[in-house]
Amino acid sequence: MATEILMPALSPTMEEGTLAKWLVKEGDTVKSGDILAEIETDKATMEFEAVDEGVIGRLLVAEGAQGVKVNTPIATLLAEGESADAAPAPAAEKPPAESEASRDKASEAAEAPAPAPAAAKSAVESVHTPEPDESPDWPEGTELRQMTVREALREAMAEEMERDESVFLMGEEVGEYQGAYKISQGLLDRFGPRRVVDTPISEHGFAGIGVGAAFGGLRPIVEFMTFNFAMQAIDQIVNSAAKTLYMSGGQMGCPIVFRGPNGAAARVAAQHSQDYAAWYAAIPGLKVVQPYSAADAKGLLKTAIRDPNPVIFLENEILYGRSFDVPVLDDFTVPFGKAKVARKGSDVTIVSFGIGMAHALEAAEKLAEGGIEAEVIDLRTLRPIDYATVLKSVQKTNRCVTVEEGFPVGSIGNHISAWLMENAFDWLDAPVINCTGKDVPMPYAANLERLALITADEVVQAVRNVTYR
Amino acid sequence: MARKPAETAQPPQQPNVSRDELLKYYREMLLIRRFEEKAGQLYGMGLIGGFCHLYIGQEAVVVGLEAAAKEGDKRITSYRDHGHMLASGMKARGVMAELTGRIGGYSKGKGGSMHMFSREKHFYGGHGIVAAQVPLGAGLAFADKYKGNDNVTFTYFGDGAANQGQVYETYNMAELWELPVVFVIENNQYAMGTSMKRSTKSTTLFGRGEAFGIPGEQVDGMDVLAVKAAGEKAVAHCRAGKGPYILEMMTYRYRGHSMSDPAKYRTREEVQKMRDERDPIEHVRQLLLQGGHAAEDDLKAIDKDIKDIVNDSADFARESPEPPLEELWTDIYADDVPQQSSQDVNA
Repeated sequence: MATEILMPALSPTMEEGTLAKWLVKEGDTVKSGDILAEIETDKATMEFEAVDEGVIGRLLVAEGAQGVKVNTPIATLLAEGESADAAPAPAAEKPPAESEASRDKASEAAEAPAPAPAAAKSAVESVHTPEPDESPDWPEGTELRQMTVREALREAMAEEMERDESVFLMGEEVGEYQGAYKISQGLLDRFGPRRVVDTPISEHGFAGIGVGAAFGGLRPIVEFMTFNFAMQAIDQIVNSAAKTLYMSGGQMGCPIVFRGPNGAAARVAAQHSQDYAAWYAAIPGLKVVQPYSAADAKGLLKTAIRDPNPVIFLENEILYGRSFDVPVLDDFTVPFGKAKVARKGSDVTIVSFGIGMAHALEAAEKLAEGGIEAEVIDLRTLRPIDYATVLKSVQKTNRCVTVEEGFPVGSIGNHISAWLMENAFDWLDAPVINCTGKDVPMPYAANLERLALITADEVVQAVRNVTYR
Repeated sequence: MARKPAETAQPPQQPNVSRDELLKYYREMLLIRRFEEKAGQLYGMGLIGGFCHLYIGQEAVVVGLEAAAKEGDKRITSYRDHGHMLASGMKARGVMAELTGRIGGYSKGKGGSMHMFSREKHFYGGHGIVAAQVPLGAGLAFADKYKGNDNVTFTYFGDGAANQGQVYETYNMAELWELPVVFVIENNQYAMGTSMKRSTKSTTLFGRGEAFGIPGEQVDGMDVLAVKAAGEKAVAHCRAGKGPYILEMMTYRYRGHSMSDPAKYRTREEVQKMRDERDPIEHVRQLLLQGGHAAEDDLKAIDKDIKDIVNDSADFARESPEPPLEELWTDIYADDVPQQSSQDVNA
């Protein structure tokens, strides 16, 4: 039976085209790969090849015809010995009606207002729990030990490497040099070069090797000497690590931690002083952590290493040397998506994370002297975000100020503000104010650098503004 | 030995290869060819969307290298990946249904032509960013070396990808750490529309490995037997713990870079000459016929069988439903990783 040759789609967006030229005539024998016609699309003139072999029966569309819709029959192809008058078999290569129907259904669904919970919810809302988890991070009466953030991070890695042979650390100067910031000090001696791997200066390359090793069944910890250098590797982080589970329909998970100092240190200027929290928090498929205290650094890093997903773990050089209480427990972890109320208060909610917490807590102390009691929330993880804890607090204080070191445009604070406007509009007695770093590349000069960074005094002023005091 | 495909065809000699092997290569290459032709057809009908990069012409490369692989070996490639999947044993149905964006596809319709995976067949994608798969492939090899097994990873990339910086970062580390990875450069001579001559003054691509201490060679990628022989050599090098090896496969794609490429950067005659004189499937066909291994009728039966498989895959790909709307929200995060547990490392 004769088959129809249909007008082909020759680009992702083509709906119709011009049949510029026939390169075969009726009665010609063609085989797979022979050019049948030249077809002009909106972009180019394309050669259209035969797929099946046979004899050209009828040319149904004349040379030069414009606006020929995709899937219109343009010729018939005869099998050996068949007559050109043989009835074509139009059904042979037509898209089934059922597929059209389902396509229509899909577009209806897209237009319909919130048809099903699954289609209506946003990724953001999916992590929202109505009641915040207010359980303490460790049982009351647990012995506490003072420890620096640096020691806490080192302990977390050592404990997890002890626990799971598939965990290894790779990065620049992590081994023999004992860590550029001494986070990995002693780990090479303890675990050997197989599991503490010094890399050449090749962020793009070793980030990709880490992701591949995670696909291959290991649990890499990839240390970036600073997150500024991770911009050389961001394609592997975003396109390979974050998206592959989805693109593989759930087959190919990527359990990996990318960690290292993030944000401004001191006097290292624009290329070495940037907070990437909002960048990575924008990416579905990543989890993003930015701890402030040593206890959180330890508990969250252990959780990050065990997590089956790619985790961005943003540390801070200035905090490395600060000491905090850390519980003495055999296996202390902090779950993702659980914010911490670092200070109770009733007049305003200050939402922060990472080193922003230092400014937020300092501001809260100053405000208390003036009779304003601030509740300070440490988000700890930026993806997922614990909206429930923020919401509950704002419902109590009716005011909110966010504090972070990053740039103001597209900041975490912007996102929290928008979320509160959508979900707590009636609870707010004042606009939410975002305290951020200034909208400038970080300057080198000491006085300008101070000016560019967020300060406790700016937070105090923002709180006075939203409390009208 | 190292022979560029542009040179004229030589009369097929009768190499030392069994009838079964030849038939297997013929069958596997033909499956890829017919599958890709069908994919092109479905694209033309609007059933396949977006980008679609066909492998027609390059079949001998994956089929020859798969013949050199053993169970447990891994493979990873770029977006021109349909042939690699079929050669690794993935089902035509699942691949075609992914092309049409249906739930029956390997990625449930969420990856498409460029992003497909199969843990079962050790196929690690299907990657859409040019050369990103190169460090990923070295990472897979890193994992195998870490676990202490003798698996090898075939990391495929094109002559275009060979100009990306991350390839050389990877070469450096792969040799430094003696990773068991075969870097397979599929040199089809055009990086989209830019010929190799217009991209680099290097005359070979495998030669760039020398700077890092990686051995390699150029191979006639239109000759499945030459590919297999080179593959065996490379794999032996890796399994012996000697580190990576580079194979530069001189090959040719008959179709444009993607379905929407009019391919005006080369002449029709150039393509036709390659088809007429160097076609990898015709080569094996002639070996079978002239060696008295098979009659025309035997091959016709195989042709029909392949056609049936491909038509069945196309039917399946059209009948399989689109993914349910709930699928929008699944597989963003893993509750647990569907892969080897840490036990196989701890063991």
